[in-house]
Order: sequence, then structure tokens, then C-alpha cells
Amino acid sequence: MSKHTLSVLVENTPGILARIAALFSRRGFNIDSLAVGVTEHPDISRITIVVNVEDLPLEQVTKQLNKLVNVLKIVELEPGQAVQRELVLAKVRADNETRSQIVEIVQLFRAKTVDVSPEAVTIEATGSSDKLEAMLKMLEPFGIKELVQSGTIAIGRGSRSITDRSLRALDRSA
Amino acid sequence: MTEQATGSHPQPRPRPSGQQTAPAEQLTGAQSLIRSLEEVGAETVFGIPGGAIMPAYDPLMDSTKVRHILVRHEQGAGHAATGYAQATGKVGVCMATSGPGATNLVTPIADAHMDSVPLVAITGQVASKAIGTDAFQEADIVGITMPITKHNFLVTRAEDIPRTIAEAFHIASTGRPGPVLVDIAKDALQAKTTFSWPPQTDLPGYRPVTKPHAKQIREAAKLITQAKRPVLYVGGGVLKAHATAELKVLAELTRAPVTTTLMALGAFPDSHPLHVGMPGMHGAVTAVTALQKADLIVALGARFDDRVTGKLDSFAPHAKVVHADIDPAEIGKNRTADVPIVGDAREVIADLVQAVQAETADGNAGEAAKDGYAAWWDLLNKWRETYPLSYDLPADGSLAPQQVIQRIGQLAPEGTVFAAGVGQHQMWAAHFIDYEKPATWLNSGGAGTMGYAVPAAMGAKAGKPEAPVWAIDGDGCFQMTNQELTTCALNNIPIKVAVINNGALGMVRQWQNLFYDGRYSNTVLHAEETGHENTGSQVGASQAARKGTRVPDFVKLSEAMGCVALRCEDPADLDKVIAEANAINDRPVVVDFIVHEDAQVWPMVAAGTSNDEVMAARGVRPDFGDMADD
Repeated sequence: MSKHTLSVLVENTPGILARIAALFSRRGFNIDSLAVGVTEHPDISRITIVVNVEDLPLEQVTKQLNKLVNVLKIVELEPGQAVQRELVLAKVRADNETRSQIVEIVQLFRAKTVDVSPEAVTIEATGSSDKLEAMLKMLEPFGIKELVQSGTIAIGRGSRSITDRSLRALDRSA
Repeated sequence: MTEQATGSHPQPRPRPSGQQTAPAEQLTGAQSLIRSLEEVGAETVFGIPGGAIMPAYDPLMDSTKVRHILVRHEQGAGHAATGYAQATGKVGVCMATSGPGATNLVTPIADAHMDSVPLVAITGQVASKAIGTDAFQEADIVGITMPITKHNFLVTRAEDIPRTIAEAFHIASTGRPGPVLVDIAKDALQAKTTFSWPPQTDLPGYRPVTKPHAKQIREAAKLITQAKRPVLYVGGGVLKAHATAELKVLAELTRAPVTTTLMALGAFPDSHPLHVGMPGMHGAVTAVTALQKADLIVALGARFDDRVTGKLDSFAPHAKVVHADIDPAEIGKNRTADVPIVGDAREVIADLVQAVQAETADGNAGEAAKDGYAAWWDLLNKWRETYPLSYDLPADGSLAPQQVIQRIGQLAPEGTVFAAGVGQHQMWAAHFIDYEKPATWLNSGGAGTMGYAVPAAMGAKAGKPEAPVWAIDGDGCFQMTNQELTTCALNNIPIKVAVINNGALGMVRQWQNLFYDGRYSNTVLHAEETGHENTGSQVGASQAARKGTRVPDFVKLSEAMGCVALRCEDPADLDKVIAEANAINDRPVVVDFIVHEDAQVWPMVAAGTSNDEVMAARGVRPDFGDMADD
């Protein structure tokens, strides 16, 4: 099994997320993470899906996704040629003794403290999942009271845009 | 970055061109729905009205172009639309109200999805403001049918109705056909809107590839001309693509044996000398073995279904595979393809013919191909002679179900359409009726939906009134959907139904006989001699073989529904009764054929075993001269 990051461009229609999620569960594929948002074109959303599958089932899931009428395009982003980011918000237990140590860790990982109270510090961090995992490991001994993570989003390196051609198709139809 | 394009040949989008949009008219959403159905050429709609869809039924009453057939159960409407589509090649249409009306369509929609049948199901939905409130007769039918439709729509605005109907018909009928559901909120049907046709369709993500890659075609032709033991493995896609003429040319050009799957019967004449029969779990020994021993399988619009391959990892171990299908997701799904070809079967086969001719003209054909695979045919013919499809007549002189079905086939007028239910009678109908032409065999292949036959036959007859239509049904299946005989009787749809009545759920009984030690749990449909006790869990092994069920009395039941009803129990009467049924063309006819209950379907590859283990008959493993190396 290996991790694959799929960028799926879809028409921004109601129910599209349900269609994609249902397809994954129906065909027996597990989604590691999923993030969805509108693109530079308001009619197109981009869904970033991280799946943990072998190559052959990946081909099958890609083909099945392509059959969904509202799916415009699917691109697999290779880790080396793409920037991948996650966002984490974490509420860490802190008192006068530990607060400075926590802030130091936050700085080391180029994260931010976004809220401070007498008993806790809330941290915002972005990065690859490896980096965030390392940071959380460092913070764990202080006590993580609450943790919320986004799905991975990813974009290819270089000047090419995966939305170009799909946008043109959509413009033609407008 | 690897790009996985959504279709390598972007096709012109399905935008109507050259047609001038007519000036807009003021209509209700319901009126625009009926107008849209008229414009897309939906001549026949099967359905039942109810609260949410009622607005649509009002303008439907005035339509002179759309004939609505009022069925007795929505499942009947769905299968009728499927039968209509399979018999005519057009999109079948069914209509139901929200909630239970819509959920009753679920089985036929799933059935059409498995068999790639072009179907548009139109359902009423509660008013858009009530959606999500658990309103009366509300069901999330779009959510429910998501995994069993090619696509579905929820329409909440009247102005979206014509475009959605146009898109639904386009999606259902192009590419790999399939069912599309259009769920329309009641307020959208009631609202005022403007109507103009053709509407601007907008499907940027839908681009089926129909034109095959020339390079792949050349590769395939090379393999065909180099093969020693090729087989053309023909699936339902060839019928859907209307590629049967091209197939005949390809087969006769190459002289490769042809096997047609359950979904493809009629795609290649059964009587053709190059036809080796149906493959699969109950396939002809020659067809099963031809695939097993092949060095090349050319799959045309087929999907390597588990009922064809048996245990997948031992299926056709020596064969290279050319896999042509219009759905890229089918290629490599079950069996890896050496040469994948995405395209419409008709274009693929036409291109293959040219490419094979070019290979041969260039002198590249192998020795085996040059002499029409003569050595391969020696083997195939030997198997064909040794292991033909056959059956034994019951020792007690009662009717053999196979004989009944065979005689119906032989006595049927030319052009008769056959629709089967699911079970033993379906397999016998596949075996013992000769299918010479496309669209003469309708059945539920992928889903295996019991109760398919009567409504599907009704749909076929409604679509093709000139063709005689025989439903070959079992007594189990018949009891699931026979209510549509009333619809047939009242709407002048004179189908003929053969109830192959063995008083049991025959296929399950056969498996119980073979794999459950003859413990007939809940497969007995007949009454005990002493009366009408619960028949559910009788263990029938110790009982003398029985014939048929009399509760219900199918003759009385059918007569009550306005049909002519006949009964046949004696082989001596068989031809006479069939002739009598064939002579009646003004009313539906039901014939209750009381047959022996212990007849079994052979050949058989037991579930989960290798196709190498095909059994010609019970306890008879064919000898392919290779026993030593097994």
C-alpha cells in the first residue's frame, strides 16, 4: 500500500461530495484525508483526496471517478513535484512554567500561537503531514486538550495549472 | 505529475447545433416536462401517479405523442421500461411518485445499471421547501440511487426541467448506456416557466470515447493473426453498439470461434458454424473450454464477469487478452488486458476487420490464421460433438422443462422476442432456444432479478407490437410480478407467458441438491398433498418427486387478470398447447406447464471453482485429453 494524492476537479454542484465519498466506500477504498474548496473559477471545486492503495486499485478508482458525470479532471500529484500542506489547530495545556517551552516549539516549527489563556495556548500550524506530526509529538507531553486537522491540499510545482484546460471547456459551454 | 485524463479524445460536447431554438413559450414545469419527453421522442412511458408527480400527469393526459401505460406496481414500470429499451434500442422511460413510488423503482434501476440498459426514471419529489423535513412520502431517491444509476438529478426549479431531461436522455443512451434518474420537486412542476427546445445542455465532464486508437487496433490485429487458438468473447456491448453485422464479418474473416455471453445471445447467430455457445457457469462445454484453452481472447463489449470467468486466477491461463470496451473502467478491472481498446464496439470491430485484412495482405499472418485455425477447430469440433447441450426426459413420463422451452423456441414465429426470469428456466431458455437475431433475448443478467420476465415482456411488446413476445418464467418468478398481466390485458399488450412450473425455487433447489445434501430449506412452493400447510421449510428429499404447484392456481389467477390461460401436463399435448398459445394474438396468454421438479441445469461450473472443472452433467467431467496434467 502506498499513499497517493489525487486532485479532482469537479463541477460545483450539490451532492458531488456525496457522489465521490459514496464511490470510495462502495468500491472498498479508504480515504486518508479529503479537502474540498472552490477554485479560481467559481463553477469548479477542487477536491484533494489522499488514498492508501496499491497501483492497480488506484487505476480502478481513478477510472471510476472519471465516470462520474460531474468530475472534470483527475490528476495524481507526485510528492516530489507538488507542494502538500495541512492545517492544524491545537489547544495545548500551558501554565506559567511550560508556556515559554511551548512557544519555543511553536517557533521551531514556524507555527503561530493564535490564542493564549491562563491554562492553554492555541497553536496554528501548517505544513506537510510529517512536519505537523513531529510538532505534535513535541507538544504531546504538555497535554493536547483539543486537536483539529484539515485534509491535505496540494498543488503541482512549476508554472502549469491543471485547471487551464478544464476552464476552457467550461468557458466554451458558457 | 501524472495526468489521468478524463478521456483521451475530447469529443464535441453534446450541444445541439444547426437547430434554431424555438421562441420561448409560457408553460408550467409539468407541461415543459411532457413537452420535453415529446421532443426527445419518448413514445411510451410506464408509470403510476401519486401526490408529488400528479402535476405531471395532468398535461400527460393531453399528450398525443406520449403513451402512458398505467402499471400495477412501480417495479413493473421499471422492468417494462428496461424490456422496451432492450427490444427497441431506444431509451425506456418510467415514472413514479415520491417516497415509496420511487423506492419501488430501485430494483429495476439497479437491474438496468448492471446490464447497461438506457433508462430514464422520472420521479416526483416533495416540494423543495419540504425536502429534508421527513415530509409525507419523502425519500431521498437521488441519494438512494446514486450507486445504481449512471447519473441522477434533483430538479427544484421549473426552468431546469427541459435541459435536465435532454441531458438525462443523452447520458442514458450514449457511451456505456445506463439508467438516469430525474427527481423533480412538486413545486418545480407547478411553477410557471418558459419552454424552448432544444435546450442548451451543459455536461463538460461527460465525454465518452467512441473512436478506438489506431495503434491499439493494429496491435490487436497482430495478435489475432498470430494466434493459434483465438476466441472472440462477445458481450452485451456488441448488441448495444449495433455491431452484429460487423461481428459477423470479423468472425467469418478470421474464422475465430465466437462465444456469446448471456447478455449477448442473438449478437451472433446460434446456428452459425463458428458459434461455440455461451460461456460461463452454465455455459456450453465447448465455449467454457475454448476460453480456458485459448491463447488469445478478444473480448468485445464484455466485462469478465465472475459468472463467465469462474475462479478468476485460473481463468484462461494461457490467453493473451485484447479487451475492447466503451467503459475504460471495465478494462483491466478483473483481468489484465494485453491490448486495451477503449471505444464503441461497432467502430472497434469495423477497424479490426480492416486491420486484420491489412496484416494478412502484408503477409504477416501466422500459419494457424492462414488456414482458419484448422487445428483449433479440430479440437473445438470434437468437444462440440462429444458434449452438446442435452437433457434427459423424466423417467415417469412427465414434462421436462427443457423440452417445453425448446419446443416453444422451435414453434415460435420468426422474430419472436423472448424474455426470461431468473433461475433454471433462464438458463434453459439460454440453452435450448436458438437466437439468430439481435434484441430477441431479454433477461436480467448482472443483477439476476427474479420477476423480470413478465414486465420486461410487457415493455418489449409495447415497444414492438408487431413481434410475438414470449416470457419464459418460473413459478417462483411469476409470483413476484404477475400483476402486470392485468396491465397487459387492459392495454392491449398481448404477451405470452410460459410458467415453467416445477413447484420449487428450482435453481436454489438444485444447489441444495448439489451442495446442501438435499436439504430443501424454503425452496418448496407447492402444497402438501394433504392440504395447504406451510410449505416453507419442508425437507423434500425423502418425498417422491412432485410436479408443479397448484396454490395459487395459475390458470385461475391468469384468467382473473383477463388472460387466456392454458395448462399442459403431458408431453403428448405440448405442441398442441404451444400452437394454441401462438394462435392467440388479441389477449395475453399464460400457459402453466407442469414440469418435473428434479430437472437440473447442466453443464455447470460450481461457484468458486475453476472453469477447468466444468461438469458436462452430474458427475461427468469432460475428457479433454489432458486429465494427466490436471
